[in-house]
Amino acid sequence: MNKAVLEFSSRRENVAFSRIAVAALAAQLDFTLSDLEEIKVAVSEAVTNAIIHGYENHPDCMVRLEIKIVEEFMEIEIIDTGKGIKDITRALEPAYSTDPERMGLGFAFMQSFMENLNVSSSPGKGTRVKMSRRAGTPGRKAVSEQ
Amino acid sequence: MNYIIKKENNYLIVSVIGDVDISLTDSLREDVDRALAEYKDVNRLVFDLAEVDFVDSAGLGVILGRYKRVTAKGGKVYLAGAKPQVKKVLDLSGLPHLMEIYSSVDLLLDKIG
Ligand SMILES: Nc1ncnc2c1ncn2[C@@H]1O[C@H](COP(=O)(O)OP(=O)(O)O)[C@@H](O)[C@H]1O
Ligand SMILES: [Mg+2]
Repeated sequence: MNKAVLEFSSRRENVAFSRIAVAALAAQLDFTLSDLEEIKVAVSEAVTNAIIHGYENHPDCMVRLEIKIVEEFMEIEIIDTGKGIKDITRALEPAYSTDPERMGLGFAFMQSFMENLNVSSSPGKGTRVKMSRRAGTPGRKAVSEQ
Repeated sequence: MNYIIKKENNYLIVSVIGDVDISLTDSLREDVDRALAEYKDVNRLVFDLAEVDFVDSAGLGVILGRYKRVTAKGGKVYLAGAKPQVKKVLDLSGLPHLMEIYSSVDLLLDKIG
């Protein structure tokens, strides 16, 4: 088992930092370059959501990223203590967004590019997005949880 | 610089470089919109993605938003030069159903310019 935990400010420039950190760790596994690009998109979406939705663009909150590797299996958790999601089922629907300027594809990308996605959230308390993928297998399949 | 915006005849060509995520999208959106407002004769917007290494849904949102603006005035939007990893995200988003995609700006200008 190999673990990493990162906490960083909810600043937009840290989205790149977080996806590059995950990719650097994921590179220890047998992921292809194309797999790593997909994982970067999934992480970027989750961290962006924490910053813009969870913390509503306040730059001084903390986003927590936990990465766990067991053999060829990688699990990534993105955790915020922001405003939370009222209706997770709707939030996970492709093209659903609470912001008309946005595409509502973040969760759809996470689902496509990771093997498992699990979202837990409570309004006012925060959101935890857990996603995982095994090296050597393509993505897909989704589970949501209240 | 993360992007270059230039006008050629009735085209506005936006060449983006590097990673396109939420840290870039506000300024990119503002600058493209300013250029579109300034050059009234522009009715074709080209996103040159040849130098883009990464894009997520925030980046695609800028493209979709400009597509809505430009097509509302009868114009067209083109995407050119996307690398495979960028193309994959584009394909998943469905944007290629809305706009024409070319493998490079040169090819695009040859064809329609
Ligand atoms: N960490 C989060 N905290 C609060 N709300 C969130 C979070 N992540 C996602 N959401 C909600 O779920 C919706 C869908 O997310 P997503 O699929 O990424 O689309 P988008 O970000 O384009 O709106 C968002 O519009 C937002 O309302
Ligand atoms: Mg999102």
